[in-house]
Amino acid sequence: MSTDTVTRTAPQAPTVTAVGRITSLARAELTLLARSRATFFAAVFVPLVLPLSVRSTVEDMDLEGAGLSIGSVILPSAVGFSLLFAVYSSLVSVYAARREELVLKRLRTGELRDAEILMGAAVPSVLIGLVQCLVLVGVCAALLDVGAPEAPLPAVLGLLLGLVMWPALAAVTASFSKSLEGAQVAAMPLLLLSMVASGTVVPFEVMPDRVATVAELLPLSPVITLIRGGWEGNLSAAETLGAIATALAWTVLAVFAVRKWFRWEPRR
Amino acid sequence: MTTNEPVIEVTDLRRVYDGGYEAVRGVSFEVGRGELFALLGTNGAGKTSTVELIEGLARPASGRVRVLGHDPYTERAAVRPHIGLMLQEGGFPSELTVSETVRMWAGCTTGARPEGEALSLVGLTRRAGVRVKQLSGGEKRRLDLALALLGRPEVLFLDEPTTGLDAEGRQETWELVRELRATGTTVLLTTHYLEEAEGLADRLAILHAGQIAVSGTPAEVTASQPSRISFELPAGYFPGDLPPLDSLGVTGHEIVGRVLRLHTNELQRAATGLLTWAERTGVELRGLDVRSGSLEEAFLRIARDVSEQDARMARAVQGGTAPKNTARPDKEHVA
Repeated sequence: MSTDTVTRTAPQAPTVTAVGRITSLARAELTLLARSRATFFAAVFVPLVLPLSVRSTVEDMDLEGAGLSIGSVILPSAVGFSLLFAVYSSLVSVYAARREELVLKRLRTGELRDAEILMGAAVPSVLIGLVQCLVLVGVCAALLDVGAPEAPLPAVLGLLLGLVMWPALAAVTASFSKSLEGAQVAAMPLLLLSMVASGTVVPFEVMPDRVATVAELLPLSPVITLIRGGWEGNLSAAETLGAIATALAWTVLAVFAVRKWFRWEPRR
Repeated sequence: MTTNEPVIEVTDLRRVYDGGYEAVRGVSFEVGRGELFALLGTNGAGKTSTVELIEGLARPASGRVRVLGHDPYTERAAVRPHIGLMLQEGGFPSELTVSETVRMWAGCTTGARPEGEALSLVGLTRRAGVRVKQLSGGEKRRLDLALALLGRPEVLFLDEPTTGLDAEGRQETWELVRELRATGTTVLLTTHYLEEAEGLADRLAILHAGQIAVSGTPAEVTASQPSRISFELPAGYFPGDLPPLDSLGVTGHEIVGRVLRLHTNELQRAATGLLTWAERTGVELRGLDVRSGSLEEAFLRIARDVSEQDARMARAVQGGTAPKNTARPDKEHVA
């Protein structure tokens, strides 16, 4: 009975599937996220706290005139913050950190395909974002008297599109930074722009028309529109399709940019 | 173990980096099944640049690579399950433990060895619970090797696998590589340790400036190098007092202080002639050193050729400061 490990013939090789590979990578990333306190807190708590600070601002606005309630403004904002901080900002750091540690390069030497590497790394952030959104919706419903969405489908679609689009945008952003610190800086413009102009703090209805038209084309805007509209049940078919088209366009653009420009190794 | 079937085929490979720097300039070689092939070279010779193309990490500017009959870049999915590789520098998240790293990698590898087996192969069993950032440089290299071996690869790429290892770790790694080779694994190794190449490789190539300068079995490469005899000239004697150097089979000589160094392709004839002369004359040859051509000599000679060429080029470029009569031929030589 030979137990020689080197000479033993290979046992029936269990074939690894794409899902298996992504799961394996995702599990490691989740472990890493739990061990990185700063990233973990930024991802988990910032989006939970931010909506509270928005509340006072929102209370000063003339919402009645625009036909909005406090809850219907804060709830989509909360989801938006979750996508921006739990998903986008933290993933930009993850991609940059793994690149600088040469982890991405090493992973590319294995059986993982490029897309699987990026997806596997994104799973923990996306999961946190999803859970957070659900918690926030629950909290808003309970505390702000929002109730159930009038049209759940656009709301769900908005959330799902957001959870696909923002990891892709994070990968694009990470492509254009040279270091971990640089990645945080690179994430700033889109982060700030989205907070100011995507309807998170200031609803489109309150903006001047011209500004609103442009602001609605920003990547976070269709998500906010779909979720808010889903809750209010006041989106026309054209508005719904427009928002979906905007979200898809950003996603396609981001995927294209990643394929073309994503850097797998540090610039030396 | 070696058959005629080439597992790695490289034909006229070229790699040009973004800035236009041509790191690999027409490299060709083949590695047969079960063979261990070593790429040697000084830093910047193009070893890693070449190996990365064969591993499928980058697309060559021109030329052809086949690994197990496939293009490693465009047919990545067909090649990867059959190869294992170790980059020059690790690339593992520093906050994961050794065990977590192996598990993560195993989940991405077809037919992965059990974790315990992989760690015991490289002697890291007792470090399983330690975070990667706390491993020594040598331990990181061994973890890297464990992952390279995880899928029982048919072809193994090792880019400077023993850099950073202590003498014992190096010996253990060599032993492991020998065992793997004995079971039919094809290995492509890069190293700047000459004894590593000499001790492990079936065949080797010395790269310099992106081209193969010499290749063959270690014995062939060594045999192509002149042997060397050096000794201190006895007091009162001059090189002219020796028997005619031609008659000893000496092809060249140099004097450093009182030390005379002779180069020859017929070491026995030259040594016998010299010692017979010393016996007859009754002198003692102090510091006598007789050595066959070695890989080290081949390596150094290639490195020296390069630096001489560089120096000549620098002189030619400086122009004005170089004596006029030598500047012109130098330029011609460079061109």
